[in-house]
Amino acid sequence: MANVTLKINNVEVSAPEGSTILEAARLAHIEIPTLCFLKDINEIGACRMCVVEVKGARTLVTACVYPVNEGMEVFTNTPKVMESRKKTLQLLLSIHRQDCLACVRSGNCELQTLCKDYGVDNSARYQGAMPASEIDDSAAHMVRDNSKCILCRRCIAACEKTQGVGVIGANERGFNTYVGQIFDMELGETSCVSCGQCIAACPTGAIYEKDFTKDAFAAIADPDKFVVVQTAPAVRAAIAEEFGAEIGTNGEGKMVAALRRLGFDKVFDTNFAADLTILEEGTELIERIKNGGKLPLITSCSPGWVKYCEHYYPDMTENLSSCKSPQQMFGAIAKSYLAEKLGIPKEKMVVVSVMPCTAKKFEINRDDQAANGVPDVDIALTTRELARMIKQSGIKFNELPDEGFDDPMGEYTGAGVIFGATGGVMEAALRYAVEVITGKELGAIDFNDVRGTQGIKEAAYQVGDLNVKVAVASGLANARELLDKVKAGEADYQFIEIMGCPGGCVNGGGQPQVPGYIRNTVDVRAKRASVLYNIDKNAKNRKSQDNPQIKKLYDEYLGKPGGEKAHHLLHTKYVKRQVNKDQM
Amino acid sequence: MSKKAGVPFKGTKEQEKQLLEVIAELRDTPGCLMPIMQRAQDIYGYLPYEVQKIISDELRIPAEKVYGVATFYAQFNLNPKGTYKVSVCLGTACYVKGSGPVFEEIQKILGIGDGECTPDGKFSLDTCRCVGACGLAPVMLVNDDVYGRITVDQVKGILEKYN
Repeated sequence: MANVTLKINNVEVSAPEGSTILEAARLAHIEIPTLCFLKDINEIGACRMCVVEVKGARTLVTACVYPVNEGMEVFTNTPKVMESRKKTLQLLLSIHRQDCLACVRSGNCELQTLCKDYGVDNSARYQGAMPASEIDDSAAHMVRDNSKCILCRRCIAACEKTQGVGVIGANERGFNTYVGQIFDMELGETSCVSCGQCIAACPTGAIYEKDFTKDAFAAIADPDKFVVVQTAPAVRAAIAEEFGAEIGTNGEGKMVAALRRLGFDKVFDTNFAADLTILEEGTELIERIKNGGKLPLITSCSPGWVKYCEHYYPDMTENLSSCKSPQQMFGAIAKSYLAEKLGIPKEKMVVVSVMPCTAKKFEINRDDQAANGVPDVDIALTTRELARMIKQSGIKFNELPDEGFDDPMGEYTGAGVIFGATGGVMEAALRYAVEVITGKELGAIDFNDVRGTQGIKEAAYQVGDLNVKVAVASGLANARELLDKVKAGEADYQFIEIMGCPGGCVNGGGQPQVPGYIRNTVDVRAKRASVLYNIDKNAKNRKSQDNPQIKKLYDEYLGKPGGEKAHHLLHTKYVKRQVNKDQM
Repeated sequence: MSKKAGVPFKGTKEQEKQLLEVIAELRDTPGCLMPIMQRAQDIYGYLPYEVQKIISDELRIPAEKVYGVATFYAQFNLNPKGTYKVSVCLGTACYVKGSGPVFEEIQKILGIGDGECTPDGKFSLDTCRCVGACGLAPVMLVNDDVYGRITVDQVKGILEKYN
């Protein structure tokens, strides 16, 4: 593509034709502030934070959408620009409930940061009526407090464009505009899938996960309870960001040390259960292929995806693997096998999970997720909530030694850890299924075709006599595209992996907040995924079937994969839901 | 919290057929949502949840998107009109002559707000801006009947005539 030359603040810059002023300015080492802008999904030029002066233009222009052209002269820091940005912030503050001290986003709120940068403290300037708003806490996983909403519409874009769900939108107009649902239905009554991508997109504290840290602290403090914690693969790939580390830092060792210091009785790993999932799901795949079962088999580890399937593709719930997610498998085994081993009554055991995910909060309360007569998992926390607990407890994360997980449910293989990235479950399952089908040890262990952050990936493998066609999708809008192809008969896969969030769990709705200007320029998904692939590369065991503790679990307790006991503890059922309701 | 339409949906198969025909006719036109909504309102008289859901399902767009458009433009009604359409003029002359308290009294008696309809479908209430009878201010209308120089005390009696 041809380049154009322009001047930004009198400095000559060469930028690809078709770039926006915002992009060209970055090439000149200038960051123009944005609030509403999210690349590809919310390029609407609405908030007017990014205004700049362009020589010859009648008014200030929005840098996020204004294309550059040859000879253009742009000024990003004139008094006129600064004054306009300040006024924008003042106007935003005038309808923003300034509850900054206790706000969950204080410290990483994009509005707060900009107000600080621009010295906007005169919040009384445009004081007046506030739009009416109500708190919606009807969903299992989140709260929306519109009194902190700045109407940037990033959540709406994430819900509709990234996830293809679209249950939230802008209602009414002008001063009365608010983010809401159709006919003001409560969010919990809609077909919201609890993915939390709206939370990840929100620049302020208007949307946040339901906080269960108090419950976790209370369980730990209760001498009658035996509290075990499990951490999902993707948590270790991001938790260190909460303590100042660069995106893509492995925080596993310090996270384990911190969990121990928080007082959990046992610190275990969901990776263990991920290995277990592979044996169950791999076995299910092989059985369905051999016995003419319903194909394609689709993974069921992502509760956001599962709920999406139930609402939007109820005719395909039979394609979902009957396997519970690793979180739930862990809980079911902890409250049976582990409880018996340790001699602790299951009623006294509290299973806490730390997840990169908000849908996990929904999942723990689903039907048929209490294999032992007690809930498999009692409390599901996000990565952010764990970081909050660590901070509140005064534990200096960065100074901690690296520690390892407890036995027996802390042992994992490389196959288990890559569950946290899109394509990871597929690769882990292939490492198992290929060996079972061919009866031979796997030579090349890396399945590179299913790696990477593209929304949809396809591959075909010759496994013995079988030609196995697989596909991987992450982000529910991509899942929709893929499933429509399958339904139209344009593709005949045997196995599909779907993750609710784009890039997989590493980019889940419960992960540390990443401000818009970083999201727009850094491939957060790939950086976090690289942590998991590095762990896998260096792991002693890289196939789930080689996990010695999993072998022991089957030998001592479960029998064989897909066996009766395994079925009772580790498998579940799905329901058919509809999109919103039939009538009000 | 949800804005339930007080009047049960009474759409007929015939109306649904008409709507589906409209959608089939317009669906490939860029920006077809608003024209479809306008025609839907011509068919049903208003745009209840059930109608918005048909539009959403057929166009494969989120229902909330339809609702967002419906609430953005004043021309779209979320509630049906009653047998008796009550409207109160809040134009300048009527307003200074006290139509505000009259409007409040009607809301109190009927139990509905601006743009809404009573659950039995009898009365709907709207505000309007000037009916050209400023000399009679404040003015209220019930269908085509004009009532001028009304006071709060008279409201009950006027509405009772239509029961």
